[in-house]
Amino acid sequence: MTTIEVRDVHQQFETFEALKGIDLTLNEKRIGIVGSNGSGKSTFARLLNGLLVPTRGEVLVDGLDTAKNGKAVRRKVGFVFQNPDNQIVFPIVEEDVAFGLKGLKLPAAQRDALVEEVLDRYGLGAFRYHPSHALSGGQKQLLALAGVLVTRPDCIVFDEPTTLLDLRNARKVSRVISELEETVIIVTHDLKLLENFERVIVFDQGKVIADDEPSRALSHYVERMQ
Amino acid sequence: MTRPRDPFASTLIHRLPAGLKLGVLAVAGTGVLYLDDWRLIALAMVVTLALYRFAGLSMRQAYLQLKPMQWILALLFVAQGFMLSWGMAAAIVLRVAALVLLAMLVTLTTRTDALIAAVERALGPLRRFGVNPAKVGLAFSLALRFIPVIGAQAQEIRDAQRARGLGANPIALALPLVLRTLRMASDVADAIEARSPYDDDELPPRFVEKAKSTQSRTTCKDNKAPLETSST
Repeated sequence: MTTIEVRDVHQQFETFEALKGIDLTLNEKRIGIVGSNGSGKSTFARLLNGLLVPTRGEVLVDGLDTAKNGKAVRRKVGFVFQNPDNQIVFPIVEEDVAFGLKGLKLPAAQRDALVEEVLDRYGLGAFRYHPSHALSGGQKQLLALAGVLVTRPDCIVFDEPTTLLDLRNARKVSRVISELEETVIIVTHDLKLLENFERVIVFDQGKVIADDEPSRALSHYVERMQ
Repeated sequence: MTRPRDPFASTLIHRLPAGLKLGVLAVAGTGVLYLDDWRLIALAMVVTLALYRFAGLSMRQAYLQLKPMQWILALLFVAQGFMLSWGMAAAIVLRVAALVLLAMLVTLTTRTDALIAAVERALGPLRRFGVNPAKVGLAFSLALRFIPVIGAQAQEIRDAQRARGLGANPIALALPLVLRTLRMASDVADAIEARSPYDDDELPPRFVEKAKSTQSRTTCKDNKAPLETSST
């Protein structure tokens, strides 16, 4: 299991300090991150796979410093963005899934088999040759997930994966996430998504204000929002 | 589960190597530019349309490739008709249409990754001058991928402006569209970074280990059901 250590992390954007001294060790299988808009939770998520490097402090993924070992960290930690449209980079579904394997010395047949396996796993096999822009919102989010899973990460960070989806597709994506074998860290406003999670961390104004098992952490969050 | 048929293997034109198609496109495109006689240009157009049929594509699909530029073609025809002659105007418009149709035939019948691989191979010798073929190939793919996305965003902005009572104003459309596209470009760059964890690496052991665990896992049948296809 992946262990992520966040040590005294500060994140400064020009004059705005998005994170103010975060210290956490993440080693549970299911971790939720909640907080109001602008609380720093998405910034925090981007630190976990080296998309952002902290302006002060360090983030270690299984001992690897995200500032020095970006590629190695991203092999371990995948990232699914809020808007799948910005994550899908190829015009055809199967080509997009194969994109993550581009840097691997892999025979074409083996690459195709990996792509096919992950597409079938998420009900996208029938859409293999479809234009990616023509998929529904839910299908695009699953395609974005498939594109990450094909690279075989140990942990996946989701940044508000259901925010742009209708209820049916949000439920479908939630179910798929709950069935993942990989470690899952989710930034979300959808508190139902965090049922059965092991740990929930609440952010407010760049600080952790609660870090507990879901019912306690979420009641603290709900109270704070009233 | 029945596998979908690979549309990029359906006809001889689809199966031709991407490099060959791009080469033929370059030669044929240059040839069409040198044709002066409108009858020869019309013949080139007929041959192009015949190639569409040969590739299993309908005349409607050919028309759809030209539809986004129909007003430009109409304006070109009128302007050239007044400035030169109506015969010359018809020849110029036919030439542009034939070139566009030929180029679109290549993209419609070729996988993007094959096109990119061909572009990367062709640019290989330029490495010594500092050109990175992989980056050019990726830029090519992103252009193809994001044309419909940017088109949809333009439509969204136009709809929002219409709902607020604004008429068709190119500047009012262009400004938010450029801002949105720049923001999207930043997100896309992050996504490419996040999705490219390998760099000329051998197959890591995790692939073998995970393949075994995937084989032993029962796939959830629900996951096989397609989602609602309402467009978003």
